[in-house]
Amino acid sequence: MNRLSALLIASLASVSSFADWEVNMPRGVSPTANAAYDLHMLIFYITVVIGVIVFGVMFYSIFHHRKSKGAKPASFHESTTVEVIWTVIPFVILVGMAIPATKTLIMMEDTRDSEITLKVTGYQWMWKYDYVEDNVSFFSKLDNKSNEARQLGSKIDVKKVDNYLLNVDNEVVLPTDTKVRILLTASDVIHAWWVPEITGKKDAIPGYINELWVDIKKPGVYRGQCTELCGKDHGFMPIVVRAVPKQEYVKWVSLNQKNRVADKSE
Amino acid sequence: MSTNIDHIKEEHHHQPSGLMRWITTTNHKDIGSLYLWFSLLMFFIGGFMALIIRAELFQPGLQLVVPGFFNQMTTMHALIMIFGALMPAFVGLANWQLPMMIGAPDMALPRLNNWSFWILPFAFTMLLSTLFFESGGPAAGWTLYPPLSLQGGNSMPFVIFSLHLLGASSILGAINVIATILNMRAPGMTLMKMPIFVWTWLITAFLLIAAMPVLAGAITMLLTDRFYGTSFFTAAGGGDPVLFQHIFWFFGHPEVYILILPAFGIISTIIPAFSRKKLFGYDSMVYATASIALLSFIVWAHHMFTVGMPLAGEIFFMFTTMLIAVPTGVKVFNWVATMWRGSMTFETPMLFSLAFIILFTIGGFSGLMLAITPADFQYHDTYFVVAHFHYVLVPGAIFAVIAAVYYWLPKWTGKMYNETLGKVHFWMTTVFVNITFFPMHFVGLAGMPRRIPDYAVQFTDFNMIASIGAFGFGLSQLLFVYILFQTLRQPVTAADKSWEGAEGLEWTLPSPAPYHSFDTPPKVD
Ligand SMILES: [Cu+2]
Repeated sequence: MNRLSALLIASLASVSSFADWEVNMPRGVSPTANAAYDLHMLIFYITVVIGVIVFGVMFYSIFHHRKSKGAKPASFHESTTVEVIWTVIPFVILVGMAIPATKTLIMMEDTRDSEITLKVTGYQWMWKYDYVEDNVSFFSKLDNKSNEARQLGSKIDVKKVDNYLLNVDNEVVLPTDTKVRILLTASDVIHAWWVPEITGKKDAIPGYINELWVDIKKPGVYRGQCTELCGKDHGFMPIVVRAVPKQEYVKWVSLNQKNRVADKSE
Repeated sequence: MSTNIDHIKEEHHHQPSGLMRWITTTNHKDIGSLYLWFSLLMFFIGGFMALIIRAELFQPGLQLVVPGFFNQMTTMHALIMIFGALMPAFVGLANWQLPMMIGAPDMALPRLNNWSFWILPFAFTMLLSTLFFESGGPAAGWTLYPPLSLQGGNSMPFVIFSLHLLGASSILGAINVIATILNMRAPGMTLMKMPIFVWTWLITAFLLIAAMPVLAGAITMLLTDRFYGTSFFTAAGGGDPVLFQHIFWFFGHPEVYILILPAFGIISTIIPAFSRKKLFGYDSMVYATASIALLSFIVWAHHMFTVGMPLAGEIFFMFTTMLIAVPTGVKVFNWVATMWRGSMTFETPMLFSLAFIILFTIGGFSGLMLAITPADFQYHDTYFVVAHFHYVLVPGAIFAVIAAVYYWLPKWTGKMYNETLGKVHFWMTTVFVNITFFPMHFVGLAGMPRRIPDYAVQFTDFNMIASIGAFGFGLSQLLFVYILFQTLRQPVTAADKSWEGAEGLEWTLPSPAPYHSFDTPPKVD
C-alpha cells in the first residue's frame, strides 16, 4: 500500500514537473515534412467544420425534437433531392482534398537530383548507415544509459536519463540545405525509419530498396524511432539525425573516413 | 414425408436437459445465446490483456512485463477481440434476430448452426493455450507479418490452425445467414422490405464468404514457409514479404466492414424506434451498405502506404479510400435526418446509439485523415492509428452490440433491465472510453509509435490518462454484467412490444419469444 501511494505521489509530481502536453504533429524542417503538416492541418480543419455542422444539427434535434417537450413525430422518410445533395457535396469536398494531396504525394516521391545518398539498413535491433558517395559507414543503436534504464526492474529513474529511449551511440550526420536521398532496406525483418520532423516514415524491407528524400533547412538534432513491429526490442531502436551546415558536414566526413582508413591500417 | 415431420415434432418434446441441451441444440435462440455469452467471456479475456498493456504503459520504463510478453499481449488482445468478442457477438445477434425479423421459425441450417458455434470454444482454447508454451504465444502482431511471424516460437502452427477453425466457423455461419435470408422470409417480405439489420447482415455474410478464404490462403502459405521449405514471403528464397501484406489486407479490409456493417444495421433499427419516426432513406441506406461492401475490396493497400508502392498505386488507393467517406456520410446524414423532427426519448439503447453516431463519426474523420497518403506517412503505425481504429471498434462496433442487447433483452427474456443502472452504465462507459482513446490521438501525432512497451518521457502524461480511462472502462463493464444477471432474476413482465416506437415482426411475438419463433409465417404487406 505504501509503495502504491508512493507511486501515485511520484506520478502526480511528474505530471507537474514533466508536463509535456504536446497534442499535435510537429512542424517540419524539411519540405516533405512541412507539406505533410500543412495537409494534416487542412484536412483536420475540414473535418472540424463538417463535424460542427453535423453534430450541431444532431444536437439541435436532440434538444428540441424530444418527446418530453411535446414533439410530435413528422412523417417524412425520404427525399431524393436531399439525398442527392448530401452525396454530391461530400464528393466535391473530397475532390478538393484530393488535389493538394496528390500534388504533395508527387513531390514527396520525386527523389531525382539528390546530392548525396544515405543507405539505411534495419537490423534486429539497430540501424546501419552507409554514406554511399562519401564512404562512411557505421552501426547506430540505443545508447547505454537508456539501455540500462529500460531493463525490467532496473530501478533507474528514466526521467533522469538524457533523452530516454531517443538517444543513440552513433548519430547520423546530414548536411543542411542539401537534397539527401535515403535508401531503405533490412537484413532480417521489416523495420520502418521515421524522424517526424524531417520526413514521414517508410518501411525497410528485406529484399527491397525503398526511397525517401529529405532537405533539412534548419541545423539541429532530430529524433525518431523504428515504427514497424520488428520483435521484442522494436521499441528500442531509435534514430538520431544531427543536421549541420555543409562545411561542417564535409569536415565530419573527412574525419570519419580518416578513422576508417586508420582502423584498416592497424 | 409425413413420418419425417412427425419425427421432427417429436424432437421438440424430447429435449435433453442440462449441459447436453446446449451441446446438442439446433435452436437459433439457444445458439444465439451461446454466441453472446461466449462473446462476453472473450470480451473480458481480451479486455484483461488490454489492461496488462495499459498498466505497463502507465508510466515510462518497464515495470511489469518484459517486451516479448508485451508483444504477446498486443497480438492476443487483437485476435481475441476481433475473432472472439466482436464477430461472435454479431453472429449471436443474427441468430436471435434474423428468424424473428423475417418471420421464420428458425435458421435454415440448424445443425450447421450448432457446429459453427461449437468450433469456437476449441479454437480459442487452442489459441489461448499458446500463452502457456515455453516459447510463449504469438508476438508478431495480429497481422502476422512475415518475416517476423516466421521467427515465432512453437505457437505459430497452433495459432494458424485456430485461425483456420475460426474461418471455417465464420464461413459456415455466413452460409447459414444467406440461406436463411434468401429462403425463409415471410410471404410478402420482398428484399426491399427487409428490416435494415437483415440487409446489413446479408451483405456482411457475402463479405465473410469472400474474405475468410483469402486469410486462410495467406496463413497457409506462412505455414508452408515455416515448415515445408517454401519461400512465398522470404526474400532470401526469392519470395516477397510485401506479398503477404497485400493478401492479408485483401482479407483485412473487408473484415473491418464485417465488424461494422451489422453495427450500422443495429443503429438504423434503434434510432427510428426511439425517434418514433421511420428510418430516413431506407433505399439509400441499402445502397450505401452495398457500396461500402464493394469498395472494401479495392482499398486494402491503404493499410500499407509505407511499403513503397509505385506512385500510381498510392494515388489509386488514396482515391478509393477517400470515396468510402461518401456512402458512410450518407448513413450518418440519414440517421440525423431520422432524428430530425422526431419525438425522441433517451432510454439506454438510444443513448448508446447516439454515442455511436458521434464517436464513430470521429473515428471516420480520423479515417479520412489517414486516407491522405502524404499525411499517412506521418500517422502510419503511430498511436493516432490506434486511436482511430479503437474509436470505430469500441464506441463503434461494441457500443452497437451493447445497444442491441439492451434493446432486444426484453424480447429475449421477457424481462426489463433496470433503466437507471443502464443509464449509469452508459455514462460511465462513454466517459471512460473517451478518456482512454482520445489522448491516443495526441501522443500519436506527437510521435509515439504503436506496439511499443516503453516510451520516451514526453508521452507520459497522456499515457497515464489513457491507462486510468482503460481501468475505468473495464470496471464499467462489470456493471454491465451485473445488470444482465439482475435482469435475468426479474419476473417476466415485459410487454410484447417493449418500446413504444419499435417496429418489426419480432415485436408481434410474445415476450419472451417462443422457442420456435414463427410456426406459421406472418403475412407482410
Ligand atoms: Cu525495427
